[in-house]
Amino acid sequence: MRYAGKKLISVLATLLIVSFLVFLAFAVIPGDAAVSKLGTQATPERIAALRAEMGLDRPFFVRYGNWLLSALKGDFGKSYSYGESVSALIGQKLPITLALSVLSFLIMIVCAIPLGIYTAKHEGGALDRIIMVVNQVVMAVPPFFSGIMITYVFGLLLKWFQPGSFVSYTVNLGRFLHYLLFPAVAIALPKIAMTVKLLRSSLIQEAKKDYVRTAYSKGNRTNGVLYRHVLKNAMIPVITFLAMTFTDMIAGSVIMEQVFSVAGIGRLLISSISSRDYPVVEAVIVLLALIVVLVNLAADVLCRALDPRIRH
Amino acid sequence: MKKFVFLSVLLTLTIALSACSGDKADDSSRSDESSITIGIPQDIEDSLDPHAAVAAGTEEILFNIFEGLVKPDSDGNLVPAVASDYKIEDEGKTYTFYLREGVKFHDGTPVTVEDIKYSIERCADTSGEGTLLVSAFSNIESVEIVDEKTVSIRLMNADTDFLSELTSAVIPAWNEDPAGNPIGTGPYRYVSRVVQDSIQLEKFEDYWGTPANITNITLKVIADSDMIVTNLKSGAIDMFCRISTDQANELAGTEFDVYEGTMNLVQAMYLNNAFEPFADVRVRQALCYAVDAQAILDLAFDGKGTVIGSSMFPAFGKYYMPELSNAYPRDVEKAKALLAEAGYADGLSFTITVPSNYQQHVDTAQIIVEQLKEVNVNASINLVEWETWVNDAYVGRQFEATVVGVDASTLSARALLERFNSDNSKNFINFNSAAYDEAYQAALASTDDAEQSAYYKTCEQVLSDEAANVYIQDMASLVALNNRYGGYVFYPMYVQDFAKLYVRE
Repeated sequence: MRYAGKKLISVLATLLIVSFLVFLAFAVIPGDAAVSKLGTQATPERIAALRAEMGLDRPFFVRYGNWLLSALKGDFGKSYSYGESVSALIGQKLPITLALSVLSFLIMIVCAIPLGIYTAKHEGGALDRIIMVVNQVVMAVPPFFSGIMITYVFGLLLKWFQPGSFVSYTVNLGRFLHYLLFPAVAIALPKIAMTVKLLRSSLIQEAKKDYVRTAYSKGNRTNGVLYRHVLKNAMIPVITFLAMTFTDMIAGSVIMEQVFSVAGIGRLLISSISSRDYPVVEAVIVLLALIVVLVNLAADVLCRALDPRIRH
Repeated sequence: MKKFVFLSVLLTLTIALSACSGDKADDSSRSDESSITIGIPQDIEDSLDPHAAVAAGTEEILFNIFEGLVKPDSDGNLVPAVASDYKIEDEGKTYTFYLREGVKFHDGTPVTVEDIKYSIERCADTSGEGTLLVSAFSNIESVEIVDEKTVSIRLMNADTDFLSELTSAVIPAWNEDPAGNPIGTGPYRYVSRVVQDSIQLEKFEDYWGTPANITNITLKVIADSDMIVTNLKSGAIDMFCRISTDQANELAGTEFDVYEGTMNLVQAMYLNNAFEPFADVRVRQALCYAVDAQAILDLAFDGKGTVIGSSMFPAFGKYYMPELSNAYPRDVEKAKALLAEAGYADGLSFTITVPSNYQQHVDTAQIIVEQLKEVNVNASINLVEWETWVNDAYVGRQFEATVVGVDASTLSARALLERFNSDNSKNFINFNSAAYDEAYQAALASTDDAEQSAYYKTCEQVLSDEAANVYIQDMASLVALNNRYGGYVFYPMYVQDFAKLYVRE
């Protein structure tokens, strides 16, 4: 119980700090929503009038305080750029980005874990060597580049999908998931490589420990030892890594959304930062921070379940 | 663990399978011939309310949804729109408009003279409670409803150029949410939008004039400019305006036609005349002699574009002075001599601020930097975000030099020349010339068309003589359109006319 209380406080503190930092950043960078909205039609008078209308003329702490109070009540205000409520906008976009992240995460798990186990088991074998070389190459390729390659090869040459024709899940769920499969692969590729490498070395190291020799001496077979003992212990660093990877994938989605013209939370975030639409940026960043914190928390809990030693 | 892996594989397979059915649905929607998908570089982020919209990228789309009493045609003339006819009296002090018979808003309600009065007063801020939305409307004394077909606008000072401002949209007085529910009289009506993804337009069946050809238009936001060609080739979009010469070359030999027109922008290295070295006209002239605009066109733009020499572009034929483009032929020695005269014999350093989202301006600035090295001028480029540029350079006037393109919001020389008045709020280069102010005021006061044009030309001449800016070019505008469609027309303004597009047989 004390553990839960402690975690809850740290989650809330993180969100508070993040929201304040975003607000601060917006106070520091040049331009604001009024200037951005007026563009080259901006005259000092029109800016002043619009600032007053938007409430941007009030002091920094008053604005932050107001924002915090209504946010606590669940009201994140209205977007300056689109006139829609921020909650509605995020409600539209979040499922898209989450679907993309979860999809790439699944692809990663499905590919990385069997590959990691295989290469560890056949360490030094021909296939292991080939996989490790390919791994090294894939790790080195930045995701936006693999994104462009995937659109070119699978989109233009093979025509497995039509780059730029993203449809929302509300319109057609099948086409939505089909389209997302390609950016998801682009996001997952370097992560697969990293996970394979980590799992392989973690397994090999673990397999050299004394308890493994004991398990063998008791008459266990290779597979039995591997899955029942070694894998369980080797998974702990991997799970921590996977949690980090998932949050990384959300960040990766932000870039891929740009390359694949997917109108998710990342596109919303980028455009809102450039138009200084701070109600949207605040809400999106706090939400992303919350996801990051929760995923890490989940990893923490999972590790404690796998290894009772962590609990003490 | 095994079970988990199995489940994941199953899920991936399901998705992959659903993909196949997805593809077929896609094919059938493609064969619907009266629709077109047009890529746009950014979503509409300022407003769908035509009076609040300010971005050029927004206005060019709203052109299809809204109309004013008059509207521009592709030849640069003002033609009657919501008004069927008009009369200018008192040497430009009274403008009387006759409402066109049978003009309807997109919801089917007829346009009334009250709507016209409301729309003008809203922009003129006659109540004093809002903001002046069209600066020229500050000259309006009153808007009167003469009868149910006639509206008369009285100006405080005579202004024969005022008609070009009346392209400002007529919207229904009863619409309480013009930004969320945009209703106009144009050939297309707004249907819906998905933020950062797309905007749907539909042909307005009750349009008073020549109806649009294509029924459904999807405007698709392509935020990553590197993906434009890919998305055109994949068939996701059928059209994209203002592609680069590189992109046009990539499209050569495909099913895309590339139309070439003019961008109708004055691209220049704008000089902050208040920045110490540039306060001296000799320094500004030296920079003009040092920069070779044609070389910039050849190097960065495949030779496309028109070299210009003042704040006017060729599409404004009546006012354009082609001879000014050669006022400062490249002359390194002369540039050096002028700099030495001004006390910069040992060279000069300054920063060119460029908004990083405009590759064409960044390219131009890079070549300028190289050319200036030959006259011992050391310029460095400072790339900034667009919003930072607007805030610091444009509104704050905190810059030394900047490369951007300036467009015209109306079909009038005033749209380009007004800002260089010494006391104009948009005079971001701090240009200050008594001769200019005088000529500009004379142009405004003039009621004779020929005389007025002559004064505007004097203004352009002053900008050239004073080397207010280092003028470069009116860029070429390249439009990619799938050859299944035709009918793209260029306007002398920053607008797109979707109504003229058609599907080829």
